[in-house]
Amino acid sequence: MTPKTGDPDMGGNQPTPAEASSLRHAAGPYFGDYGGRWMPESLIAAMDELTETFEAAKADPSFIAEVKELNKNYSGRPSLLTEAKRFGAAAGGVRVFLKREDLNHTGSHKINNVLGQALLAKRMGKTRIIAETGAGQHGVASATAAALMGLECVVYMGAEDTRRQSLNVARMQLLGATVIPVTAGSQTLKDAINEALRDWVANVGNTHYLLGTAAGGHPFPAMVRYFHEVIGEEAREQIIAQTGRLPDAVAACIGGGSNAIGIFHGFLDDAEVELYGFEAGGDGVGTDRHAATITLGKPGVLHGAKSYLMQDDDGQTIESHSISAGLDYPGVGPEHAYLADIGRVNYEPITDTEAMDAFSLLCRTEGIIPAIESSHALAGVLKIAERKIAAGVVPEETIIVANLSGRGDKDVGTAAEWFNLIDNAQKDAK
Amino acid sequence: MSPVSKSGAAIAAARAEGRPALICYLPAGFPDVQGTIDAAVAMAENGADIIEVGIPYSDPVMDGSVIQAATVQSLVQGFKVAQVFDIVKGITERCSATVMIMTYWNPVLRMGVDEFARRLAEAGGAGLITPDLVPDEAAEWFEASDKYGLDRVFLVAPSSTEARMKATVAASRGFVYCVSIMGVTGARDTVSDAAAAVVAAAHAAGAENACVGLGVSARKHVEEIGAYSDGVIVGTALVAALRDGGVEAVGRLTAELSGRAAKV
Repeated sequence: MTPKTGDPDMGGNQPTPAEASSLRHAAGPYFGDYGGRWMPESLIAAMDELTETFEAAKADPSFIAEVKELNKNYSGRPSLLTEAKRFGAAAGGVRVFLKREDLNHTGSHKINNVLGQALLAKRMGKTRIIAETGAGQHGVASATAAALMGLECVVYMGAEDTRRQSLNVARMQLLGATVIPVTAGSQTLKDAINEALRDWVANVGNTHYLLGTAAGGHPFPAMVRYFHEVIGEEAREQIIAQTGRLPDAVAACIGGGSNAIGIFHGFLDDAEVELYGFEAGGDGVGTDRHAATITLGKPGVLHGAKSYLMQDDDGQTIESHSISAGLDYPGVGPEHAYLADIGRVNYEPITDTEAMDAFSLLCRTEGIIPAIESSHALAGVLKIAERKIAAGVVPEETIIVANLSGRGDKDVGTAAEWFNLIDNAQKDAK
Repeated sequence: MSPVSKSGAAIAAARAEGRPALICYLPAGFPDVQGTIDAAVAMAENGADIIEVGIPYSDPVMDGSVIQAATVQSLVQGFKVAQVFDIVKGITERCSATVMIMTYWNPVLRMGVDEFARRLAEAGGAGLITPDLVPDEAAEWFEASDKYGLDRVFLVAPSSTEARMKATVAASRGFVYCVSIMGVTGARDTVSDAAAAVVAAAHAAGAENACVGLGVSARKHVEEIGAYSDGVIVGTALVAALRDGGVEAVGRLTAELSGRAAKV
């Protein structure tokens, strides 16, 4: 299973020269030993149809133009690259730039993938899309794309999450989607994916499964990455335009890993740019409450792909825990597993506390409320800066780009509870 | 298909009697480890030719609610994968039925494919039925199943192309598992018309033994499907019987499915 890398025919809006050493545009199905299709035969024909449709679309200028048009005039791309000067000062004086995916329509990077896949669903003649969601961001994005394109939409969501995120359930319903609470198993995101897969097996004739992250069986990891590559392409151009050079480091948060693979892709072949993926460390990796899949997981197969996986000695999936529902997943995309093994990307855990401290810092220094997911990347920036300064770099000549993958409006309730704002407000009222 | 195949021999013996083989599923550790063995023996005594013991798994994407509830119960009670070998041994020591394991792939991968295969063979098991492993990813399993003389049963579906049907039939040993409908496990009133087409396609692709599963719950299905297939696989209806009426109910339903008088 040799990694298939650097094939110029395999896509991207701007194919790179075919260098054997290129890590860009990896086509799958395998990324080193990871990836593949570990899934029921019943779905293989649909995966083949999707692969063929995707490959044909990438080679079709009208499809590429359609994606660009939607990205520009519907999502609001390109997203900004904002220098966070006061945050940088708090990080020891390094220069920090934020890739503002939070400013996209629906408030996160998720829209890039759902628009692309919804277009593919229409090309395949499917009239119905199904999606899984944890906190509701991907569900909202899927419901949005379905409304825009006139597709029926059913979203599977853990029953516990539908209670915690009732406003997002209402958002999806306002957009015309049906939300089905999943009571099977642990009633979390992984069980929502299981239930979506069961629906897909039964309805594959008219239904496309719009998977929300760069995981799952082939072609999902390579395809989801393709639709998010625009993040890294824009960020690379923008940082060069604003600073005249490439950054020293790029940081992103990792759940399944779609925002991270999107921004990393722009810099994979720039060996001098360090890449960092920050996983959800929950209560800490010394506890059993975390979602640090690459840090502590072992290779296994789940939801169609071989990758790192949080599992016990029997191969049963272990429940993950994170304050951030979007990172609360016991698996990770297979390309990340490969990039970890070859050492191109460093993956590290960030605890809930570290993430919430960075969340608060960005709110107060930049006037930006980040998603708690993205706050893991921000906490990571603080760590990278501290290490670099300790190693003797000149802070003001050090450039770090962080992917601000989503906005924090959805997290205000969680944050208010974390910082005891509700109790304080009640005390103030008295 | 290899002549040493235990499940192939069991199906051939049924064929010699002019009937389809009856293949009965139950989850390991449900209602408990001893209960699984007792229920399997009751199945064998009442006409089951092949017993299919399922390993409970945290993410069973091909299973409907009845089997999910049973496997969740088993896991909550602390079932460990290695106990499945005790169950296989316990069954094969008490009856002559052929015993196979049905398992999602990650538990096998975690134990190590060779190690799992060695222990299954030692316990007297015939092979594996693998609902989420396609031959494309099965290189390790080909090697281990050849080394230990185990059957490997892959699934084919109404959506399988002719090319995939051929490849899957060629990769299988013992029988091929024909999924009767596009869906998950669960008893249904009628068995889809698609089943006959899948079996015909499997036979055309060279399968000696094509058995039908998903949605089969009653004697009328066994007769109907038995007319064109080599074996009939029943799961959910038996699990529901075990849940509601214990070992005795499993024996009665198996006897009914096989068209015999119950021995309980």
